[in-house]
Amino acid sequence: MNLKHLLIGTATVALLAACSSTKPLETAAPTVNGSAGAGQSATLPADTGAAGQGSVAVDPLKDPNSPLSKRSVYFDFDSSAVKQSEQQTVANHAEYLKSHPTRKVVIQGNTDARGSREYNLGLGQRRAESVKNAMQVIGVKENQLEAVSFGKEKPKATGNTEADYAQNRRADIAYDGE
Amino acid sequence: MPIVKTLIRAMLLLCLAAAGAARADMTIEIVGGGANRHAIAVLPFQNETTQVREALTPIIRNDLLLTGAFRMVDPASAANPAFEPAQINYPAWRGAGAQSLAIGKVEAAGGQVKISFRLFDAAQQKQLTSGEFTVTPERSREVAHTIADMIYEAITGQKGIFNTRISYVLKSGRDYLLQVADMDGRGAQTILRSKEPIISPAWSPDGGKIAYVSFEAKKPVVWVQNLVTGQRRIVANFKGSNSAPAWSPDGRQLAVVLTTSGTSQIYVIDANGGGARRVTHSNAIDTEPAWSPDGSQLYFVSDRAGGPQIYVQPVAGGSARRLSWDGSYNVSPKVSPDGRTLSYIRRQGGQFRVVVQDLASGDNRVLSSGAYNERPSFAPNSRMVLFASDEGGRSVLYAATPDGSSKVRLAVINGDVQDPAWGPFNHP
Repeated sequence: MNLKHLLIGTATVALLAACSSTKPLETAAPTVNGSAGAGQSATLPADTGAAGQGSVAVDPLKDPNSPLSKRSVYFDFDSSAVKQSEQQTVANHAEYLKSHPTRKVVIQGNTDARGSREYNLGLGQRRAESVKNAMQVIGVKENQLEAVSFGKEKPKATGNTEADYAQNRRADIAYDGE
Repeated sequence: MPIVKTLIRAMLLLCLAAAGAARADMTIEIVGGGANRHAIAVLPFQNETTQVREALTPIIRNDLLLTGAFRMVDPASAANPAFEPAQINYPAWRGAGAQSLAIGKVEAAGGQVKISFRLFDAAQQKQLTSGEFTVTPERSREVAHTIADMIYEAITGQKGIFNTRISYVLKSGRDYLLQVADMDGRGAQTILRSKEPIISPAWSPDGGKIAYVSFEAKKPVVWVQNLVTGQRRIVANFKGSNSAPAWSPDGRQLAVVLTTSGTSQIYVIDANGGGARRVTHSNAIDTEPAWSPDGSQLYFVSDRAGGPQIYVQPVAGGSARRLSWDGSYNVSPKVSPDGRTLSYIRRQGGQFRVVVQDLASGDNRVLSSGAYNERPSFAPNSRMVLFASDEGGRSVLYAATPDGSSKVRLAVINGDVQDPAWGPFNHP
């Protein structure tokens, strides 16, 4: 038994001891359900606005017959411009936000394309920012708006037809507390 | 005493791999073939089928084969088995075409096993390298990888990568699993499970942490997770989207993409979060930063000239220089650790191909044959490129040599593999 063997043996024992005191990652792997970020990632304050709108009997945001029930803004292929047909949707939500200054929305941009996940995140962001800018032009305060992107990661339609792709070229308007 | 150091490295790896060891989560298949491979005979080690759980030499042969640099000479080519140098029939091995041969044995050593090997040049009849490892029997797999590393280095002069790890996101049903596995796809373990997308995992240079983007907070947020403790923390959660983390070579900083300016721009933050400094200034999408090995430059994607292209710019500030000129869509750049080669994805006739570009000359070649490939990354010795490839609706991993002569498939049995990243030499 030379010095090398001794060293190896010692190192082995020490390291095995270290192993046994380390929890295997399989059991330690955190699981997240995505519903609330487990409180570790403060994103938006809790909904404090709705309760303040005392005179409104039915929240138009929850009324399926309200124009505000339409929450998606669709885009043309390779475009982030809010097209004519979508401008009314943007305007409806902008007016609501102007009259409810405590309400906040997250505008979630999406893409249909294949390709780089990160570049698609940028493209979805561009669409969300476009809707955000349109709302600001109408007079919504910047602090009521957050533009984020899901890129190509959360497609509404998973098929490969043009109709599917059109469904995914989209920005969704999500109110705080939803 | 390099053997001791290597062993300590192997043992630490084992601590990490303890959970999912020895389960074959992936299968390896050598797809390509190449000329000028080194012909080696790896003779079965004495008692390797009785003293340890899994024979060592099949692992060693597999490791050497997947680099594309070796050709195996049938161990049965010479009549007599050899476990000791004196037993080697050199003329017989030379006759079988072997340029080198490895012998070895496994011996009981108390509750442990002593694994020893020697590598000889068949023509010179000279020992090229040797090693001896005393471990518990279940640790033999890591010793096999270490022996393969030593053989690889003795023959090619390059450092071996067989004890390195890879990370990727496994899409399994509706779940996203961030996994870490040995580079041969074995020992996969889940480090994070989520119902919301996880993208863009990136290894810290010390191999101890992974930065990634999680959508669990209903927006992209950059997290860093410690692989030893399992602890995770947010490092970038600014208003808007936070994504594309890339570690600086010294591990102190992260390049990230933030949208606080109204479009995706590249910033450098402290690796523990905070201190955001803007690096790119355009009205376009600037994303997918990758550091040069000396930490002075950032390679990135920008669509400032229309379609997305690859650029490079000093981290300290300065003008950007465009590097990709072929095709209208070039994304996902990574620089080889030796700083010589750039790999990225090019859209070509509706297909997404892995491209390898010589940084000095600008010459580039298409590496992958599949229709849809994503996110190439280099092995730490710069000798292989890992990428994901869509095959009949599901995504698998390939490792290829940058010259395109050899390709290996690492196929996960259940689910799609996305966003692979090859880890560094280092282990925590």
